[in-house]
Amino acid sequence: MSADVATQAPARAPKKARSDRARSEARLGWWLAGPAFVVMLAVTIYPILQALYDSLFNYRLTAPDDKAFIGLNNYKVVLTDSLFWQSLWVTTLIMIVSVVVELLLGFALALVMHRAITSLRGLLRTAILVPYGIITVVSAFAWFYAFDINSGFINHWFDWVPGIDPNLNWFAHQGTSLSVIIASEIWKTTPFISLLLLAGLSQVPTELEEAAEVDGATWGQRLRRVVLPNMKAAIMVAVLFRALDAFRIFDNVYIMTNGANNTNVLSLLAYNTSINRLEIGLGSAISVILFLCVILICFIAIKLFKVDLASARGEG
Amino acid sequence: MRTMTPKLRIWWGVITVLVLVYALFPVFSIIATSFKLPSQLNLGQFLPKTWTWSNYEQILTGSAKDLFLPALRNSIGISLIATAIAVVLATLAAYAIARLDFPGKRLILTTALGVSIFPVVSIVTPLFNLWRNIGLYDTWLGLIIPYLSLTLPISIWTLAAFFRQIPWELEQAAQVDGATAWQAFRKAIVPLAAPGVFTTALIAFFIAWNDFVYGISLTSTSAARPVPAALAFFTGASQFEEPTGAISAAAVIVTVPVVILVLLFQRQIVSGLTQGAVKG
Repeated sequence: MSADVATQAPARAPKKARSDRARSEARLGWWLAGPAFVVMLAVTIYPILQALYDSLFNYRLTAPDDKAFIGLNNYKVVLTDSLFWQSLWVTTLIMIVSVVVELLLGFALALVMHRAITSLRGLLRTAILVPYGIITVVSAFAWFYAFDINSGFINHWFDWVPGIDPNLNWFAHQGTSLSVIIASEIWKTTPFISLLLLAGLSQVPTELEEAAEVDGATWGQRLRRVVLPNMKAAIMVAVLFRALDAFRIFDNVYIMTNGANNTNVLSLLAYNTSINRLEIGLGSAISVILFLCVILICFIAIKLFKVDLASARGEG
Repeated sequence: MRTMTPKLRIWWGVITVLVLVYALFPVFSIIATSFKLPSQLNLGQFLPKTWTWSNYEQILTGSAKDLFLPALRNSIGISLIATAIAVVLATLAAYAIARLDFPGKRLILTTALGVSIFPVVSIVTPLFNLWRNIGLYDTWLGLIIPYLSLTLPISIWTLAAFFRQIPWELEQAAQVDGATAWQAFRKAIVPLAAPGVFTTALIAFFIAWNDFVYGISLTSTSAARPVPAALAFFTGASQFEEPTGAISAAAVIVTVPVVILVLLFQRQIVSGLTQGAVKG
């Protein structure tokens, strides 16, 4: 890297001293930041390349000697499997529902924290942070046991609601299972979104809002015309990050249904294929497809909604 | 500050209660479950009819001891080491990003961003295979290395944001006043940077502590299996008994430290999370 810098540096005599300094600064910069950079590449780029390679082989750990190159055949198997499409659909559904609900709920929570007087704000933020800090698996068990037909109390509390009675087994049907899975996901991750939105809210110039209020704008008008446009960047970053996070959903599904009753998701499908059934080739193909989906979502967000991640995340 | 009318006061009371119920209800729910007798789990009530410590006894001194205690030790050790390594590497990198001008700064930040959105399951299959071949499967190191993919990117972002706000001129000012370079750094910069480093460590620790995918994929015994993965393998005292109580008690034990940390460092965690994400 430092060699590149040297050739780029202007060679004119008056600037010689500065370019020497720039070069040593660049060298120091890479000495300091290099290890972190190398580690990050090593723990992600290497595995995904390995997965890409393995996905081209018929490769089972139960019969490692039968490893044979089969080109794109694994991808053909995956893409023609109805279980894959089912999982993709469920994953996408979970992603869309949880992001939409979290955005609304997170915005409401952010508004509450933004408007609260100082003494209340500390209490509210502390409470909000509890779900953030809790292990996802713990959250999954908490929701699971509350709804479970044996150990749960929800059925007894809400038996006045049409459709809910003591014999309702939430985890025996697709719709009800997914509702609880999504509820746990939303509970655990809304705090993160609401904190991002709170930071966005505090960036909205108060003068603008006050001016609109003086001009007689209603609360709804101020929100639509002044507040939301000014925090567009924060909203977009929150949505993209949560969407990608929700697309990787694994813990909640594994604990509550383990994919039963058509609640399988892509991460769980990949896990079961490679780790449980030891079909490394096939599992690698699913991993690569999952990775491509994430890239695609990023690409769509950046092109369609013009999310400038770097600038929104503080790198000016 | 505006003075609150009684009506407004009631409104804020209602809102506060709603937020508290939202945030804490599932926590209370699992705490309540953890104090229920196995025979009274199916009563369909929120609170235990008879409060009992038996579930805690089972995981701390009883039959599930060998399942829970090693997992707790693994979780604490592995998460702490992964956090420490990430914070040290990220501190060096963030210092360079905030203070030095060098080509590739943006590349490092973009890489961190890319790594943080990487689907964990995509990494796990090749690692599973490789770890088995080179003997890292079911070891602490075998989890610490992939945990860096979780803890390092967010540490770099958070610390870079923190370090950008440090008035580095103080260092020169101290040197002008006669301090050596090392004294200037230690007396002027370290006190300003320490809170950021601490907050970053806290957030990175939460993330490592939360991991489940690596935990169940890359371990097979209590030699390295962390708590979230161990919870999924709990079994009841007998074949006909659900491990509900034991899992709940274990869940409460691993949740208590998190709640304490959140209570103590709420302000720092919020500023760390939001600064790394949206510069405010």
